[in-house]
Amino acid sequence: MAILEVDGLKVYFHTRNGIVKAVDDVSFSVDSGETLAIVGESGSGKSVTCYSLLDLLPKPPAKIEGGTALFNGKDLLTCNTAEMREHRCNDIAVIFQDPMTSLNPFLTIGEQLIEPLIYHPNMDQRQGRSAAREKAIALLDEVGIINPENRFDSYPHEFSGGMRQRVMIAMALITEPKLLICDEPTTALDVTIQAQILELIKQLQQTRNVAVIFISHDLGVVAGIADKVIVMCEGTIREAGDTDRVFYRTQDKYTKKLLDAIPEGPKTILNRSDVSDNLVEVSHLKTYFIDQTHVQGGTGDRFIKAVDDISLTIARGEILGLVGESGSGKSTLGRSILQLAPTTAGTVKFQGQTLTGLNPKQLVPWRKKMQMIFQDPYASLNPRMTVFETLSEPLLYHGVATSKNIGHQVRQLMDDVGLAQSQLRKYPHEFSGGQRQRIAIGRAIATKPDFIIADEPVSALDVTIQAQILDLILNLVERHNLTMMFISHDLSVVRYISDRVIIMNRGVIVEQGKTEAVWANPEASYTKNLLAAIPLADPEAERARINNR
Amino acid sequence: MIKFALGRLLQAIPVLLVVITATFFLVHSAPGGPFSADKAVPPEVIKALEAQYNLDQPVWQQYFNYLGDVVKGDFGPSFKYSGRTVNELIAAGLPTTAELAFYAMLIAVGIGVLAGVTASLRPNTMQDYVPMTAAMIGICMPSFLLGPLLVLVFGIYLDWLPISGWGDIPGDKILPSITLGTGYAAYIARLSRGGMLEVLSQDYIRTARAKGLSEPLIIIKHALRGGLIPVVAFLGPAFAGLLGGSFVVETIFQIPGLGRFYVQAAFNRDYTLILGMTVFFSTLIIVFNLLSDMLAIWLNPKLRQEIRGTK
Repeated sequence: MAILEVDGLKVYFHTRNGIVKAVDDVSFSVDSGETLAIVGESGSGKSVTCYSLLDLLPKPPAKIEGGTALFNGKDLLTCNTAEMREHRCNDIAVIFQDPMTSLNPFLTIGEQLIEPLIYHPNMDQRQGRSAAREKAIALLDEVGIINPENRFDSYPHEFSGGMRQRVMIAMALITEPKLLICDEPTTALDVTIQAQILELIKQLQQTRNVAVIFISHDLGVVAGIADKVIVMCEGTIREAGDTDRVFYRTQDKYTKKLLDAIPEGPKTILNRSDVSDNLVEVSHLKTYFIDQTHVQGGTGDRFIKAVDDISLTIARGEILGLVGESGSGKSTLGRSILQLAPTTAGTVKFQGQTLTGLNPKQLVPWRKKMQMIFQDPYASLNPRMTVFETLSEPLLYHGVATSKNIGHQVRQLMDDVGLAQSQLRKYPHEFSGGQRQRIAIGRAIATKPDFIIADEPVSALDVTIQAQILDLILNLVERHNLTMMFISHDLSVVRYISDRVIIMNRGVIVEQGKTEAVWANPEASYTKNLLAAIPLADPEAERARINNR
Repeated sequence: MIKFALGRLLQAIPVLLVVITATFFLVHSAPGGPFSADKAVPPEVIKALEAQYNLDQPVWQQYFNYLGDVVKGDFGPSFKYSGRTVNELIAAGLPTTAELAFYAMLIAVGIGVLAGVTASLRPNTMQDYVPMTAAMIGICMPSFLLGPLLVLVFGIYLDWLPISGWGDIPGDKILPSITLGTGYAAYIARLSRGGMLEVLSQDYIRTARAKGLSEPLIIIKHALRGGLIPVVAFLGPAFAGLLGGSFVVETIFQIPGLGRFYVQAAFNRDYTLILGMTVFFSTLIIVFNLLSDMLAIWLNPKLRQEIRGTK
């Protein structure tokens, strides 16, 4: 029997620039014990759909314009504040995306866990502090928090990302809800942690027989756990059906596009690197940071060894993939190679010239030859500079262009990265995420560098945009004869783009080799775990993989 | 925490030294002296007076003598209030000024936080515009205008409250406290509105709502703590500012506080009194800044633990 039936839901945002139809005529239903996945890219309306059920949208600007959402026969959209509080406390719980920002940093996790019980709107169901505490500790134990009695009084910042999400899950389950909404619960987590959390959600669902709505942008994550899938785009449902049907007998064009955009399989463009010519040579590089929490008399190391004795070479023309989970030191290694982070020991050679130890002035001519593309195109472009200013700045500074031919050169760059020349006078906020990353790439290739470090250049982008940007990067590397170090946490992306790969963990290299060789025969157990944790956009393979774990 | 506080107090020593040095040479380089008056005084008398107060010594020697005294906590004798030391004068005026500043602070925090939080709950509606417009007027209104205005309305036209004095007639403390506190209340209102708006848009507020907590509980328990940190950080400088900035209000309402001495000392070239008051206020500013920083740290569990980690 359907526990939730949504019919013709319409949620519009009334903004200064007119009405945005965030959710437009969406209908679906979920049964007890069933998992429904809602998949879509950013702005598809998947989160808005679910938040509107619990009245969690800011109103204004949001307004529910129509439809019904029957939970056990009662409409959630028309109930009053008191009734909604009852639903939130008894029936429906949410696991939010980012456990770092979704937990209150000022309160202990224990306090946050027991709140719905000790302040329950219904006096009969209200529990005492000690009873609630006992229940919370049992639940923390169940979701895999070690030593829950002691951890009860810890603050959110004292947990790792994965543990925080476990706390969040415990918090959602403490009221014994009948419907659990998971809003991208693993997007902010590393791939091995993601696998653990998905397993936990699946297992808890089976023991408690709750209905789950699982929101995700990642078809791979969805494939293994969903019974039914809804694909959303621009506020409407494009395709809905059983998971196998949607994945194997796809009907909708947009769903096909989404599935095709997932980077899969080995790199197709041939390796043209010249192994005899090492463009970059790093030997015994160390970058340590002073650990603020251990300044005086603390136990353990005084330093955080972000990069710990790393040696590597990058051949001219090669794309080297650098893979690691958060905190592995991969970004610090990239910055250290470009002399953007102060190194502690070791040397970095570029075209035979030792860069470590040069002063900022001496580095200037080398900066022109080494560029960087950053992860977040929202944060890394100056919001007060037009595209023209952003692109012309490095050209003029390094003397690549003169004030006479600057216009021509900048227009050339715009062509290179696939942006219309008419957009030169616009500011970054007027562009989409993908377009912004194109600007950032244009800025990086402006000085005609030999070497580019791309630090998670596609992580902030939707999957269809990600595919376009990856192809653009491959194309530019080929055309401009670039050498690249491509840093990413996403193994599929790295496999798609790189010739050789280095796996990093806790500041050291765990494994390295030709990409396909590492994929076929991973030697280190860490690499094996990483590869085994990649979710596949193939329901049968994914189920088999989960069962094998 | 103790180590943090000690460290900050050590940092204060060079700051105070700079303050003393700058003030000392500034007052000594100003034309005239404590004993130059309108009436002609025989030169021998002035000579005798200067000798009595060691003003005939070279300036650098006076400077080091003064430093030595300050270290011992002695601000020296006043040049104008003969027979009284600067320490005695400060001790005489401080209780009144501190009391005035305390009441003004209560008004500032009470009204300011209430107005700011109210405004933040419904941004860009009348509930926001009305208190914020009032706050803007409060910030723009100097106390030398607000004071007489209040006196005119409540003291003279309505005849509800006394118009001057301190502790003589019941109710005479109300108008000065309001006059002094209003500007700070306005500033605190704006700070708390900004802080609350920021916190209310955080993900963890949405989490609290999703858990089914009531709106008052969300605001009091989940939002206020983080939202008022900017206010807490401002309390220290505000309290020091209230103490030091009360002389206008004290003058308007004829209150025998510290401010009076400060202004007169400057006119009279009462070197030791100017210096003593300046050092005293500088120390207060440093101490209150430290206290409010410590409070802000204590309110944030993450910072609290980091500070503990360095202990």
